Amino acid sequence: MTDTHSLTDTERQDRQPEQISHVVVRFAGDSGDGMQLTGDRFTSVSALFGNDLSTFPDYPAEIRAPAGTVNGVSSFQVHISDHDITTPGDAPNVLVVMNPAALKADLHRLEQNGLLIVNSDAFETRDLEKAGYDHNPLHDDYLAAYRVVEVPMTSLTQLATEPLGVKPRDAERSKNFFALGLVSWLYSRPIEPTVEWIGTRFKDLVKDSNLAALRAGFNFGETSELFDHPYQVKPAQLPPGEYTNITGNVALAWGLIAAGQLAKLPVFLGTYPITPASDILHELSKHKHFGVRTVQAEDEIAAAGMALGAAFAGHLGITTTSGPGVALKSETTSLAVSLELPFVLVDVQRGGPSTGLPTKTEAADLNIAMFGRHGEAPLPIVAAYSPAQCFDAAIEACRIALKYRTPVILLSDGYLANGSEPWLLPDPATLPDISVPFQTATNHVAEDGTAEFWPYLRDPETLARPWAIPGTPGLQHRVGGIEKEDGTGNISYSPENHTKMVHLRQAKIDGIANDIPLATITGDADAEVCLLGWGSTWAAIDAAVQRTRRAGTKVAWIHLTHVNPMPPNLGGLLKTFKHVLVPELNLGQLCRLVRADYLVDAKAITKVQGLPFTSAELENAIQEALTQGAGK
Amino acid sequence: MTDTAVPLTTKKDWVSDQEVRWCPGCGDYGVMHAVQALMPELGINTENTVFISGIGCSSRFPYYMNTYGMHSIHGRAPAVATGVAVARPDLDVWVVTGDGDALSIGGNHLIHALRRNVNLTILLFNNRIYGLTKGQYSPTSEQGKVTKSTPFGSIDHPFNPLSLALGAEASFVARTHDLDRKHMMATFRAAHAHKGASFVEIYQNCNVFNDGAYDAVTGKQARAENMIDLVHGQPIRFGAEGHKGVIMGTDGQLRIVEVAEVGEAALLVHDAQRHDPGLAFALARLSHDDHSPTPFGIFRDVERGDYGTMVADQVLAASQKKGPGDLGALLRSGGTWHVSA
Repeated sequence: MTDTHSLTDTERQDRQPEQISHVVVRFAGDSGDGMQLTGDRFTSVSALFGNDLSTFPDYPAEIRAPAGTVNGVSSFQVHISDHDITTPGDAPNVLVVMNPAALKADLHRLEQNGLLIVNSDAFETRDLEKAGYDHNPLHDDYLAAYRVVEVPMTSLTQLATEPLGVKPRDAERSKNFFALGLVSWLYSRPIEPTVEWIGTRFKDLVKDSNLAALRAGFNFGETSELFDHPYQVKPAQLPPGEYTNITGNVALAWGLIAAGQLAKLPVFLGTYPITPASDILHELSKHKHFGVRTVQAEDEIAAAGMALGAAFAGHLGITTTSGPGVALKSETTSLAVSLELPFVLVDVQRGGPSTGLPTKTEAADLNIAMFGRHGEAPLPIVAAYSPAQCFDAAIEACRIALKYRTPVILLSDGYLANGSEPWLLPDPATLPDISVPFQTATNHVAEDGTAEFWPYLRDPETLARPWAIPGTPGLQHRVGGIEKEDGTGNISYSPENHTKMVHLRQAKIDGIANDIPLATITGDADAEVCLLGWGSTWAAIDAAVQRTRRAGTKVAWIHLTHVNPMPPNLGGLLKTFKHVLVPELNLGQLCRLVRADYLVDAKAITKVQGLPFTSAELENAIQEALTQGAGK
Repeated sequence: MTDTAVPLTTKKDWVSDQEVRWCPGCGDYGVMHAVQALMPELGINTENTVFISGIGCSSRFPYYMNTYGMHSIHGRAPAVATGVAVARPDLDVWVVTGDGDALSIGGNHLIHALRRNVNLTILLFNNRIYGLTKGQYSPTSEQGKVTKSTPFGSIDHPFNPLSLALGAEASFVARTHDLDRKHMMATFRAAHAHKGASFVEIYQNCNVFNDGAYDAVTGKQARAENMIDLVHGQPIRFGAEGHKGVIMGTDGQLRIVEVAEVGEAALLVHDAQRHDPGLAFALARLSHDDHSPTPFGIFRDVERGDYGTMVADQVLAASQKKGPGDLGALLRSGGTWHVSA
């Protein structure tokens, strides 16, 4: 470690951490620079420290785009706070860039006068050319609007690891740990948990090299004079209890495991790898001791078919995918509507159509979830709204599927899937019992007095048909895609029967409206403007509503977790507002539904950039609606 | 699965109350009667038996069996059946499919079910035509076939279903035909007894859209000269007097010869249990049209772990190692911290 900037003990004491309420840090580098790992570690340590937090990993679809190019930039943004927060922050306060491409890709996000920490070793002519710079931004006034701190991270890492016998080229791979150490010092994060983690994750020379780089970065912050003093974000005053930091995909997977436990059914996942849903498979495949079976099928269609077959056989049948896979599973989902079997299709939405933006978020699959089947094929839709809430949403989707013997689509998205937040762990004992009994006895008596089983004889309240699984004596029956006679389930081409069945299937789904929570208003019920949200826009809406109200403007907010059917009081509530604004990461799909269903003059606020809303965008939208409304 | 001395059921127990709606004279009837007659001999229960089909004429089959059943989606029966079999290894799962269903729209699912060796008994009704959609050529129709969709003759090269199954390394591969109930029952019995995926191609006549497709092989006049009965461990010979046989030439090619000319010792001895599927594949390629000697019987019958059992074993091993799943422990597995009041 070079020690050229060493301080005296007195000077060190002057450098007590300054307390700040929150900070947004963004780590940006090449895809091969380990930025996701760096961000993840910074997050984990902050979580253990007790901060509230919210993360936003932002990375390219290419596993390794050409090194040093803007296309290959991988970033991780984390918002840590001493109070309750929901978003990863609009603009970073600190941007760490490992190369010129990262600077080019992410500089525009950094707040004015924000802190820019630059790996100055990576700003050679060739690096600059690859990033498309015809000048060195470190050498002119290009960065005048920011507080720039140049740190030769690559060479300092090489120096720190040289005594271990690490070759300079190999040392470069540890420079992300140098950056992590430096930022850890700057925000008074302990490095011990990361030291421990490195010990379990890496071996031999790589382990030692990473440890040396981490410590070197931390010590560099402490001993150099590049920063006046470190900062500290105190633990957040969150509700008391036990917390873990969790991503949406892991929460969703755990929710499915919990649903299996609560339903007393084995979980069967049929799936096919697809970004950003694959982590649900990875997570579920680890937990076979919960009786979870996972099959990586030959394709999306087979994955859905297997899940439906397992449901027929009495398992909790689940299939997970993203947009393109939803299209491929459409025929099976329609069959599930016709068979009236429990089946959960999880769609972790991404930018579309087609391959679209596989690693970026969007919420434009509401239309396909609502309407993407042939025939009249209604089904319930549940939408998760935060990473941790994916757990509850998964249980709720399974509850509805089981109780009503229907396919359910559970919508998540890339932002929820990879984003993380602290989660106040629920007591498993307080989770709902969602078990439903299998049919075990005949349910009808024929005219001649013979006891029979009618597979389509419905529960008068839920309209669900009995679930009789193979192996049950006396209840042998056949189901299929051909229209069935109500009651007996026999093939029927009767016009009257088909009309009846189409209406019954619709009525069953409509009736679920009475089995979900009523819509509630957050904020001011007497406001002129009401925001209607669904899915992951929750975080940005929450922040925008809080800020608007703090600024003295009244605003109301309703958030839907059940998108189909919607809560029965929703139409009435929306009609009490002068302006209904529907922020969506699509071109207004929910907005169209509420306009059609309730004849409300709702307006869509749309964004399709592969990025979540910032709260500032929504604050502006609220103000614009009020200004325009006043002008009318 | 062993046959029991006292059957648990009679044929009547396996027949559902639904009216059978195939065309009069359809080969499907013969197959259905063979299956229904066989079931009591297998010593299994109707409630533990599941028939899964896709779409097509033969896929109506489950409606006629008094078991659990699903008439699913065109081509997807092997996938749905995989779900049933993996979820419930205790069940007897049968797949009924046709040449269009299994080899065209569902080709992918078929090869993967065979590759995984899912414990399924797959009956492929091959009539070389699309019947339900009223007469288009199928992936097994011969080149040059004139149908509604090929007025100038089909230019598609047909699949040989057995070659395909063997290429996917199916562990049990057999062929039978709809005119010989005894042969069908024997073949289905062996297929059912096999643990893992069993694939049976059934030459089946569609008397409406492709009548007589197999007459030159399975017709009463032709049988003796054109049907080769494969018997494990026996020299392969056929013909009215057993005067013809199959040899493997020094070039590795199988050839049909007069036994008198080469001597019985030169004949190829059938080995269905050979691990390498090469011999079975060569036998599957022996005939290239519907007019030449064609092997029937069991081409391949080898042991390989079945998928559903292996999945269940992993679940069991995980439970034994980690104990039953504990939700509270799972939620804490990523590291936690406490916030005090």
